[in-house]
Amino acid sequence: MAVAARRRPLVETNRVIGPGQSFGKIDDTVLTPVLLGVQQTPRWWWIGFGISLMFLGLYLVSIVVLLTNGVGIFGNNIPVAWAMPIINFVWWIGIGHAGTLISAALLLFRQPWRTTINRFAEAMTIFAVVCAGLYPILHLGRPWVFYWLLPYPNTFGLFPQFRSPLDWDLFAISTYASVSVLFWFIGLIPDLASLRDRAPTAFQRLLYGVLCLGWTGSAKEWQRYQRAYLLLAALSFPLVLSVHSIIAMDFAVAQLPGWNNTIMPPYFVAGAVFAGFAMVLILAVPLRRAFGLEHLITMRHLDNSAKLMLATGMIVVYGYLIEIFIAWYSGVEFERYMIWNRLFGDHAIFFWALILCNFVAIQPLWFRRVRQSPLALFVISLIVSVGMWLERFVIIVVSLTKDFLPSSWGDYISTFWDWALYIGSLGLFSTLFFLFIRLLPSIATAETKETVHHYGHEKLDPMEDVREQYYAEVKA
Amino acid sequence: MPQLFPPTANTLVRWTIFGGGVFAVLLVTSLVYLARTNNNRLLVPVSQPVDFPHNTHVVDVGLDCRYCHSTVETSNTASVPSTETCMTCHSQIRTNTPQLQAVFESWETGQPIAWNRVHDLADFVYFDHSVHVNNGVGCSSCHGRVDQMRTVFKTEAMTMGWCLECHRDPATQLRPVSEVFNMEYKPPADPERQRALGEQLIAAYHIDTDRLIQCSTCHR
Amino acid sequence: MLDVPPMNPHDEEERPDFAALREKLASKQGPAYWRSLGELAETEEFREFLTKEFPRQAAPLQNGLDRRDFLKLLGASMALAGLTACARPPLPEEKIVPYVRGPAEVTPGKPLFYATAVTYGGFAEGVLAESHQGRPTKLEGNPDHPASRGATSAATQAEVLSLYDPDRSSAVRSGGQERSWDEFVDAVQAAVQALPGGQGLAVLTEHVTSPTLADQLRRLQAAFPQAAWYQWDPLHPDNEVVGMRLAFGADVRPVYDLTRADVIVSLGADFLDRGPGRLAYARDFAQRRRALTADTAMNRLYQLESSPSPTGVVADHRLALKPSDIAAAAAALASRLGVNGPAATAPSALPSAVLDAMVADLQAAGGNAVVIAGQEQPPVVHALAAAVNAALGAVGNTVTYVQSPSARPAVHAEEIAALTAAMRSGQVRTLLVLGANPVYTAPADLGFAEALRSVPFSAHVGLYYDETGRACTWHAPQAHFLETWGDARAFDGTATIQQPLILPFYGGKSHHEVLEALLGDPEATAYDVVRSYWQGRYAGDFEAFWRESVFRGTVSDTAAPAVPVSAGAVNAELPQGGDLEVALVYDSAVLDGRLANNGWLQELPRPITKLTWDNAALVSPRTAERLGVDTGRVVTITVGGRSVDAPVLVQPGQAEGALTLALGYGRTAAGSVADGVGVDAYPLRSTAVSFSAPATVSATGRRHQLVVTQEHHALEGTGEARHIVRAGTLAEYREHPDHPGFVHPVAHHEADLYPDFAYEGYKWGMVIDQTVCTGCSACVVACQAENNIPIVGKEQVARNREMHWLRVDNYYGGSIDDPTFYAQPMPCQQCEKAPCEPVCPVGATVHDSEGLNVMVYNRCVGTRYCSNNCPYKVRRFNYLQFAQLDTNATPLSLANNPDVTVRSRGVMEKCTYCTQRISKARIEAANEDRRIADFEVVTACQAACPTQAIVFGDLNLAGSVVNQFKSSPLNYTLLEELQTHPRTSYLAKVTNPNPALERSA
Repeated sequence: MAVAARRRPLVETNRVIGPGQSFGKIDDTVLTPVLLGVQQTPRWWWIGFGISLMFLGLYLVSIVVLLTNGVGIFGNNIPVAWAMPIINFVWWIGIGHAGTLISAALLLFRQPWRTTINRFAEAMTIFAVVCAGLYPILHLGRPWVFYWLLPYPNTFGLFPQFRSPLDWDLFAISTYASVSVLFWFIGLIPDLASLRDRAPTAFQRLLYGVLCLGWTGSAKEWQRYQRAYLLLAALSFPLVLSVHSIIAMDFAVAQLPGWNNTIMPPYFVAGAVFAGFAMVLILAVPLRRAFGLEHLITMRHLDNSAKLMLATGMIVVYGYLIEIFIAWYSGVEFERYMIWNRLFGDHAIFFWALILCNFVAIQPLWFRRVRQSPLALFVISLIVSVGMWLERFVIIVVSLTKDFLPSSWGDYISTFWDWALYIGSLGLFSTLFFLFIRLLPSIATAETKETVHHYGHEKLDPMEDVREQYYAEVKA
Repeated sequence: MPQLFPPTANTLVRWTIFGGGVFAVLLVTSLVYLARTNNNRLLVPVSQPVDFPHNTHVVDVGLDCRYCHSTVETSNTASVPSTETCMTCHSQIRTNTPQLQAVFESWETGQPIAWNRVHDLADFVYFDHSVHVNNGVGCSSCHGRVDQMRTVFKTEAMTMGWCLECHRDPATQLRPVSEVFNMEYKPPADPERQRALGEQLIAAYHIDTDRLIQCSTCHR
Repeated sequence: MLDVPPMNPHDEEERPDFAALREKLASKQGPAYWRSLGELAETEEFREFLTKEFPRQAAPLQNGLDRRDFLKLLGASMALAGLTACARPPLPEEKIVPYVRGPAEVTPGKPLFYATAVTYGGFAEGVLAESHQGRPTKLEGNPDHPASRGATSAATQAEVLSLYDPDRSSAVRSGGQERSWDEFVDAVQAAVQALPGGQGLAVLTEHVTSPTLADQLRRLQAAFPQAAWYQWDPLHPDNEVVGMRLAFGADVRPVYDLTRADVIVSLGADFLDRGPGRLAYARDFAQRRRALTADTAMNRLYQLESSPSPTGVVADHRLALKPSDIAAAAAALASRLGVNGPAATAPSALPSAVLDAMVADLQAAGGNAVVIAGQEQPPVVHALAAAVNAALGAVGNTVTYVQSPSARPAVHAEEIAALTAAMRSGQVRTLLVLGANPVYTAPADLGFAEALRSVPFSAHVGLYYDETGRACTWHAPQAHFLETWGDARAFDGTATIQQPLILPFYGGKSHHEVLEALLGDPEATAYDVVRSYWQGRYAGDFEAFWRESVFRGTVSDTAAPAVPVSAGAVNAELPQGGDLEVALVYDSAVLDGRLANNGWLQELPRPITKLTWDNAALVSPRTAERLGVDTGRVVTITVGGRSVDAPVLVQPGQAEGALTLALGYGRTAAGSVADGVGVDAYPLRSTAVSFSAPATVSATGRRHQLVVTQEHHALEGTGEARHIVRAGTLAEYREHPDHPGFVHPVAHHEADLYPDFAYEGYKWGMVIDQTVCTGCSACVVACQAENNIPIVGKEQVARNREMHWLRVDNYYGGSIDDPTFYAQPMPCQQCEKAPCEPVCPVGATVHDSEGLNVMVYNRCVGTRYCSNNCPYKVRRFNYLQFAQLDTNATPLSLANNPDVTVRSRGVMEKCTYCTQRISKARIEAANEDRRIADFEVVTACQAACPTQAIVFGDLNLAGSVVNQFKSSPLNYTLLEELQTHPRTSYLAKVTNPNPALERSA
């Protein structure tokens, strides 16, 4: 209805906020679909949600099989004691990065274009962290004693060993998860309030009423809210760097050729932001289409995300080169062989596929034309996500297959359950995300209204008229 | 627009927050408590196929621990006596007591008596009695005043933490080897004196205190 | 597991291009160490195999779930093992069941050791059996026994598992139903009584050296004059007997004294790992081999063999000759040394330079040289070897010919032939088979099984209800050697009185009891029989003699006397060769098949080939090229009209044109572990063909997957840069006695932020001497037996999940057509700065005050980070529930060592230097308030090692043997540039090649 009505004509804009946006209009665009009754829920949502549920089921089945039989159902072996579960863990954590970066870092840097994408980016972060966080536990030989990693008073008179990066992981991830959730929820409060106020049914009023903690929107509340939000942002900004640095140390601390590398932390962080923005675009492009948000999530947003992707992508590529250089420069036989094996060994195909995905595929982003084509961005982002998975495969598995003593070199073959758990975790993610876009405003209306207030009418860039013209022609 | 919630809602919210905190604390404490006492059968007398009164045998008869638990000084297990050991006396004494029927049957049929285990350590723990009794750890330190028990029960939780209390600081527990089997032994009341004694015994028995806290000392 | 996957369309491309490989190796400077052909060629074979065997759509557990594999995993529980462990179940009400009458010698909690002996082919090897309150758990060698000298073979280590094997026969059977022992006795007696004077009674035994059994058989023949006694034992050295008769016309057998031998020429003899006396020979050989200092007078070994063997691993000059060429070489050598034998020209595979050098060496050494002929060699080679020894004047010095220890020296092939003939002609009315399994092992052309059908009454007494047991009209279970009294003679004639450690577990009876029953006394126990025999033989204080003999495990002065021999001309034909020859051998683990149902042995990676759960036709790369086959291709081998289909395994160092195939596989009635594993090679044997013969080979379209723990442990020829194996010649060593160039090729600086930890108490360390290590793998099984290491089955081994704590790495040097071999046992290196330790989040692997890298199973949560960070990859992980936790589920649990935790699913495990043995010694020392003495702690691998290549001890103990080894200039640690400071170090391998050949090479 409302959504459908606003479909055509589509005029892409390059402003932070599309022309002619008013506060009411934003509320209509963003809040109305959330408050729709069950009957009015669009079909595409039901279909998507159904499929997600199926994969979620697969996820649960895999977990039961895993717990009843042991990690032996995976392809792991000696020497390859870490494989797909850890790859997927790092992959998910990486995806869970853009959220905080956008919401915290960009807020602190006063980037106006963050406002309309930060909400669902944060949601994405949280859901990704959920998917990631389960992996290390499921990957244990004896998952039912995972809590031994926690420092708690126990009858053994024992404590965890804090020298181990795995323990750092535990704290890094749990901190990141809790701060992200808090940040996300604080940000939601005003919107929940406006949902409460617009809610057609008593149940919705009650639901959102409880969630918004009795927000009245008084000046005092706004003033305190702003400060709290800023403080939280400052608090969570360092996490953007810390979390993945620590994940990187899982590898950097080990002395395995291909892992033992001081460049790991920065290069993992860059990779995470890279993967994160890829996922933001994968979600943003269909989202703005589905809800007709083209004037809120504008070309400017896509364009900037693409630029960030390109930048971080190139940093990652630099990381690859440095690894090769260091291996040669170190003069260590094992390091050199590791690189040789990575580039030309049994699994070389994965490395070159990775180069294709993470280096070649992002080069088109140098061109504005590509950056401004939602479809192109969507495809490239998908490729990058695959690339980042391959990167972890190359680092983790390929390094493990051939280390120091040739006598103990091995090979790795994934099993059905490796993939079942991975695809299942995708199901978990999309299920949560579908629920989110249906029940919560996927755009921060309160902040967007600010943006409208600030940037709604003035032009940020003299070229804009020209470009508006250009788009009009293109569309005609 | 009408108020959604009555004014009491605020109070409710406050209480919920407070109550949540209280609940969490209760939960954690109860869990910790359970973990510590769980399955340890502390202070629960364990009934036996033969109603064997330790107190009578030790106090009235005056038997030494080692008369029945004969391998305690030489082997990892103190060993529960064979029927033969019981019969050394009971072939003569109290030969018609009903409580001893099981013993006599075992002696005649050759079927061993199945005693119920009172102190049961996990299978991955390799405790050795001999090295303890030969280095000044008294029976009563771990098993309590068995001489005063009619039916034996566990007096210590025997968790790993409990073992480590002594292994990390043996000076607080050691007694002269001569006193190991002495149930009445009273350690010096003053902790300082006990520590002095402990230090002295550690030196005398060449106890490698560093060794005591190694995993490989008890786990194989 | 035997069903062969369909032919792979791509396998033509797959086959490694050997020419390319040669170039590849040639292109490398310095000694090129490489690991296996597969990866030298970098083939996709293994990955393809896995995808074939485990398509991604199938989880491993679904592969591993049919009944046989289930049992193979010792009943590895696929049930909710994990979930039950989630909760903390209340401790079960455990019972304590004391003795009713406590045996005087038993101290609960302390093991006792009893001396007894295991026999292979009738020849005894002394053992000390460890008993925990009447439960045998481990066998160690008996230092007082001449054939053991304290060492054991891999097979012996696994005997304990066979003792408890639930597949062993546990009931008397006849007509497809279970009968009682008494019924059996009645039936046998009735059958025998029906025969006047025993006319038509035939008794078939294995090779008998047991004086008691011989005496009983003699009494049997006295009672039944017409009865006939035949012997058939596949492990009996038939060719040696014939050879000795040929050379000396007497029934003697050679006993070597290798401590006196400076030069040894082995004619196809794997004398360090096969045949009677192997353990003693290995010990003596090593004594003359070990080169802690450069001034050692090392012996020199020329090894002529068809297939790489442990003996070949330590040879100075190894020549790969096909069987007929070995005979030709023997003849050539003999004639050069003035022996009057069959005329022969040296085979092309034996360069004249080598022959000259060999001859010169032998002549120079004279009486201090010795020539040894292999069991598998034809009689003429044995005769020639004997003649050469005589010509060299070695007799009485390096070799003595002693009276045969056999109760009745015989050529078993002839005996079994005679028996079959008699059965065919209907002369045999009643056949009694004691132990032997002729239906499976008898020469194929005899058609024993079918002849057996014409025997009205046949009774089989054996450990298993095997092929023969099923073919006979009656079967009775036999008692395991650990379950009964008995006696047997060693290779040199020394007698051992075997004593039982446990009552017959499955109600078996010993051969003594069966024969005594036949003689009319079914009540007689083995103890009575054996004891009364010796009582009759001994004048004087019998009790003292008996106690002494049983206690020591040997009967004094029973060694066979030397027989003065004089060699004449050797008149015999040389075997005629062929372009392709098949060479049959007994499998190094399951022997002639008698141990086939033993999981430990099936899963043991065989020396050099590293093959598990299969046998295969070994061919050299060139021959494979010629035949157009590669590893895994099934070929049809035809000998004299009979053929066998076997998968090929391309094995460098194999003689050109020789296919070596192990016997003992393809069992059909051995038990749930063995049945259907491998292919049965016995059909190729006949009265004419004992071990080798010309054969025709043709490739089939089928493939069979061989699981080799090395094919997926690959090396792209980077070994020399990694300095893993360090080896050199005695000459080089002597040039730089203090610092041989080949030992420390890498200069690296020692730098560390942290001070070293001070080890005040004990400081355990190990040295492994690669100079004497043959790679026989006895240590691997010893470790498995001592530490309750589970077996995982073929599929899991294929997934690199084998659990052996101690593995023997095998490296090749030189070209793929004439490689040299390096065996490197790999236990945990016990690093002082162990990379595994800091990465464990729960501190489950930590350092202890004695420098051990301790693994605490019950603390491990299974992150596996430690394994990733272990540069030696010696850690093993329980990916599934491999061990049997429910001790009531299978009797095999009884073989568990009570001093070692049985690990559950999901925990990491590894070599602990046998920490349980250290703890035991430490506690004893503490109780006696003293320090642990040298060799008071002996690790399981060290105890088993025939060549004493493994030395373990306290580095803080001045003058300890391990310190002497560590101070040798040959001492080095693996990957020392990583600064892990391993406690396990290696002695570089020193060989003593002939300088003459050195120069020519």
